[in-house]
Amino acid sequence: MRVLGIETSCDETGVAVYDTQAGLLADTLYSQVDMHAAYGGVVPELASRDHTRKLLPLIQTTLDDAGLGRNDLDGIAYTAGPGLVGALMVGAATAHGMAHALGIPVLGVHHMEGHLLAPMLEETAPAFPFVALLVSGGHTQLVEVKGLGHYRLLGESVDDAAGEAFDKTAKMLGLSYPGGPAVARLAEQGDTARFRFPRPMTDRPGLDFSFSGLKTHTLTTANALREAGELDDTGRADIARAFEDAVVDTLVIKCRRALEQTGLTRLVVAGGVSANVRLRERLDTEIARRGGQTFYPRGRFCTDNGAMIAYVGAQRLAAGERDTGTMHAVPRWPLADLAPPDAS
Amino acid sequence: MPTLLALDASTQACSAALMVHREGRDEVISRFSLAPREHTRRLMPMVEELLAEAGIGVSSLDAVAYGRGPGSFTGLRIAAGTAQGLAFGADRPLLGVSTLEALALRANRHHHVRHVLAALDARMGEIYVAAYRCHDDGLERLLDEAVLPPERLTLPSNAQDVDWVGVGSGWTLWDAMPVLLQDAMSQTFEDMHPAAEEMAWLAARQFAAGEAREAHLIQPIYLRDQVAWQKNA
Ligand SMILES: Nc1ncnc2c1ncn2[C@@H]1O[C@H](COP(=O)(O)OP(=O)(O)OP(=O)(O)O)[C@@H](O)[C@H]1O
Repeated sequence: MRVLGIETSCDETGVAVYDTQAGLLADTLYSQVDMHAAYGGVVPELASRDHTRKLLPLIQTTLDDAGLGRNDLDGIAYTAGPGLVGALMVGAATAHGMAHALGIPVLGVHHMEGHLLAPMLEETAPAFPFVALLVSGGHTQLVEVKGLGHYRLLGESVDDAAGEAFDKTAKMLGLSYPGGPAVARLAEQGDTARFRFPRPMTDRPGLDFSFSGLKTHTLTTANALREAGELDDTGRADIARAFEDAVVDTLVIKCRRALEQTGLTRLVVAGGVSANVRLRERLDTEIARRGGQTFYPRGRFCTDNGAMIAYVGAQRLAAGERDTGTMHAVPRWPLADLAPPDAS
Repeated sequence: MPTLLALDASTQACSAALMVHREGRDEVISRFSLAPREHTRRLMPMVEELLAEAGIGVSSLDAVAYGRGPGSFTGLRIAAGTAQGLAFGADRPLLGVSTLEALALRANRHHHVRHVLAALDARMGEIYVAAYRCHDDGLERLLDEAVLPPERLTLPSNAQDVDWVGVGSGWTLWDAMPVLLQDAMSQTFEDMHPAAEEMAWLAARQFAAGEAREAHLIQPIYLRDQVAWQKNA
């Protein structure tokens, strides 16, 4: 079954074609990040307008890349949520219109299920069951995954997401948006020994996270340095390093704990922050030492993309699940509400 | 006349219409419902019903059309997405119809009025507005589409001594409109909404005039473009 995947939940327009036999056939992405940079963050109305401008040309390019005509498709999947409602609506409406014209089934899928299963697009894909760490700009969650649609939330952030903490730290240090990669780059020059930031919620049992205290600690440290006239390049790099070390340590400790608690050995890490090199290095060593295995999506599938939507959609459509006449755009939608494919 | 499908979601109303040819006549069949926030549920089933009623598939269409604005931003995108998807999937061209022109034509067809000021509530204390003179063979635009505060609404300079009729939700802002303008209005129909039925007729004219384009080229017209403020601007 050949499925077109459409992702428009935030500031990236992503389109891909996944074939349940041949795998990923094409994948294209248009990022609006430059447009929003001038505003210091995503402007929802501008994001929605841009999706409307870019989506059809991107679908055409993707079909061309795959060497397919629109009639070669067997189904269409789109991101139904969570995300910006106006942006989601563009993908939902276009998918429904196109599927109707082609006489093929259409299905709205969960954006975070896409992230969760993105490592399935790799050659060495994890087998079920596994523990997944979802770390992005909007999410920090540990999930036990027993199979498609069998998800149990083990823990999540009670306040800021890890990516959000990266972005806010970047702002404090005067780095450009989006901040995660910039903080990571600056941290490379930093001295680990100069500051030690707290590892929030690691001294008590449980798998929840909290990053807002760490953010405050970072701000206090930056302000103190500024007053002392020491917030120079070295000072900023040292702060970035201390911040990154604290986030990475915290994530590693909780992942280890989640594997212990569930008795599982495979760890999947997905979402924008999973691109972080230090996080990957630390997890690889820690998990390997315990006889476990780590899995990541390739770089371009860590952040939003159409391939993961095409993949999830293909699994569910092939199992007989589909939308009826209603287009779905659900801004808030907990991952734990998902169920295995529903063929009704 | 072409066989074409028109959709609209630009206001609280949701509608679809199909222009078909039966027994040598052009005919428009349509669905209309006042359904705030339900466009995502109503639109596709309306399309399906119309095609089934006419006994045709999308491959019989010559073109697809939608209410391209002005109107609710989200509604415009729902209609644009659906219409673009349908047109692209069926490999047919697309047409964009002015919601204000469709509204004026609706007033003309229902109430036989000639000079129409079509206005939609644009929120934030503004209206979307345009003025038309209705002829037997079409609409002539006397005032370009604009977004403005009702206080600044004026009649077209070349048609001041005629009876004007106001149509659309914009007229709920009557109290804010200039007294001179109020005096020139013989009637207002503020409960009337733009509908796909008139869009189908207008789109058929546009199609004949060669205005159909590849689907991605027919974008919504929002009129209000100041939707964000740059940090350093
Ligand atoms: N190398 C990196 N190190 C740390 N953080 C990073 C890195 N690269 C990206 N990020 C962070 O990842 C986030 C973006 O990821 P992604 O696009 O998956 O999330 P999102 O779309 O913001 O949120 P969500 O997918 O939860 O709705 C940003 O917060 C960004 O700063």
